Amino acid sequence: MPVEIIKERYNAPVNTVEIGRPGAKQVKIGGQTGFPFLFDEGKMPNPPVIAYEVPDCTPDDWPEGLLEPYHDCVKDPVKWAKKCADEFGAEILCVKAQSMHQDYGSRPVDEAVRIVREIADAVKLPLIVVGCGDDERDNEFMPKLSQALKGENCLLGLATQANYKTLAATCLVDGHFIIADSPIDVNIAKQVNILIGDMGFDTNKIVMHPTTTSLGYGMEYVYSIMERSRLAAFMGDKMLAMPFIVFVGQETWKVKEAKDFGVVQGINWEITTSVAMLQAGADLIVMRHPDAAGSVKRYIAALTGGVR
Amino acid sequence: MIIIGELINGMYKDVGRAIANREIDVIQHLAQDQVKAGASILDVSVGPYSRNHKDDIKWLVESIQKVVDIPLAIDSTMADVIEEALKVVKGRAVINSTSADEDKMASMFSLAKKYNARIIGLAMDKTGIPNSKDKRLELAAKIAAKAVEYGIAAGDLYLDPIAMPVNVAQAQAPEVLESIREFRIICTPPANTIIGLSNVSQGTKACRGLINRTFLAMALASGLTSAILDPLDRDLMDSMITAELLMNKQIYCDSFLEAYRKR
Repeated sequence: MPVEIIKERYNAPVNTVEIGRPGAKQVKIGGQTGFPFLFDEGKMPNPPVIAYEVPDCTPDDWPEGLLEPYHDCVKDPVKWAKKCADEFGAEILCVKAQSMHQDYGSRPVDEAVRIVREIADAVKLPLIVVGCGDDERDNEFMPKLSQALKGENCLLGLATQANYKTLAATCLVDGHFIIADSPIDVNIAKQVNILIGDMGFDTNKIVMHPTTTSLGYGMEYVYSIMERSRLAAFMGDKMLAMPFIVFVGQETWKVKEAKDFGVVQGINWEITTSVAMLQAGADLIVMRHPDAAGSVKRYIAALTGGVR
Repeated sequence: MIIIGELINGMYKDVGRAIANREIDVIQHLAQDQVKAGASILDVSVGPYSRNHKDDIKWLVESIQKVVDIPLAIDSTMADVIEEALKVVKGRAVINSTSADEDKMASMFSLAKKYNARIIGLAMDKTGIPNSKDKRLELAAKIAAKAVEYGIAAGDLYLDPIAMPVNVAQAQAPEVLESIREFRIICTPPANTIIGLSNVSQGTKACRGLINRTFLAMALASGLTSAILDPLDRDLMDSMITAELLMNKQIYCDSFLEAYRKR
């Protein structure tokens, strides 16, 4: 007796988000109507995209093997960004403005803004910019940065339940997209989206950061949260219908399995974590090692029939 | 759940008057208000005092369709009146309703097939409304079997166990709730279940809203998928949203009422 393969069909898509200056290079994510790579069940019009992480100051905490590909630009974020664009074929960059943090030397906010602007001018690629994680510094930095990048339609973050108003208001004024952050919690994810929407911000311009982890550190829980959130979106919950961004590079390269057993294992750790996140529904993956990023891009191309 | 707004019914004095005097604004406002409050289908009935059912239902449908773009449930006991409306309905209508009587099912299911409409089946027949869940199940199964005969998909069939006023038929409430559970297993995939919610508090002197919203929450817990109700009753809608949340149909967040209304 032939086995009938049950195919699920859903009625609502994930929002489509197009980052970057209109008329210049843009990156489009989202728009899918079913779980990842199940092409018999739904459409996946925009394959997931890899963003290359660009620290705005020397990342002293990166292991040597990870820094090696960037050895000639560790002190120059603009050169670093150009290298990602020209040598590694990046389509989008994620600038991490960590230099303002006291752990990285407390660079003045205006200087941090200037560096990101220089990167934008040098690479002409869509940009994601995240702050240093210190709410006070970030709330000073983001409005200035947002204004400096007006018209570039960047993706800025992170907006959290405790600190979203400044960023939402500034993104609203300057036309940027926003990253809504939640601590591996679908209920809070939904709430942050609502809160940002209550500011008058178009919820179609939100990208969700569900918070992720590395292979070996509870990734299956992250997976289940992302799956539950996505299922609700497909069933019509507009307050969860945003694409996902995950920072895999940052999560992977801090665990001992990736850091302490040679760069090959680290690269494989980053690849494996990324692939799991793709299967969980990630739309935008921020990665660090160019070899790992290249492998994951080939994986996406293979699964999507070479669309990208 | 699927909310069918009940307010455009000639049985209500203001609506009856609006129909008689062709006060289009009254009808259109009622339509818009109900949609805004969360109705996904609007029930349309000319009521018992209409002098010309066919003309009135046609006027109602056309008037409503000028301002809202959602399906309509055509509510009449007469097949020719329903057909008159089905001729001018734009989307997929709902026929409200058929009983389990052979002649009624023949005429109503024929219309459903002809106009690709969905249909509500009342678990009653010429002998009246059953007193027991077993008789309700028997009649609902009869309707479901007839739907299959006419090629009506289970998802397009709404089985109604008929809620009874608590002040005259108190023992019926638990029977109705149990029927909702049982109706879900008549066919696979399951047919929808529906109740005319306001019936349960019909004629009660106090706390009608409380009775309605409590019963709705209980019915939702029994698996109810749709209801004909007053969507402008904000407390009722809040109860519905909360019951869906507690049934794990929606993902919780602190602003869950607002989240539901933003859907």
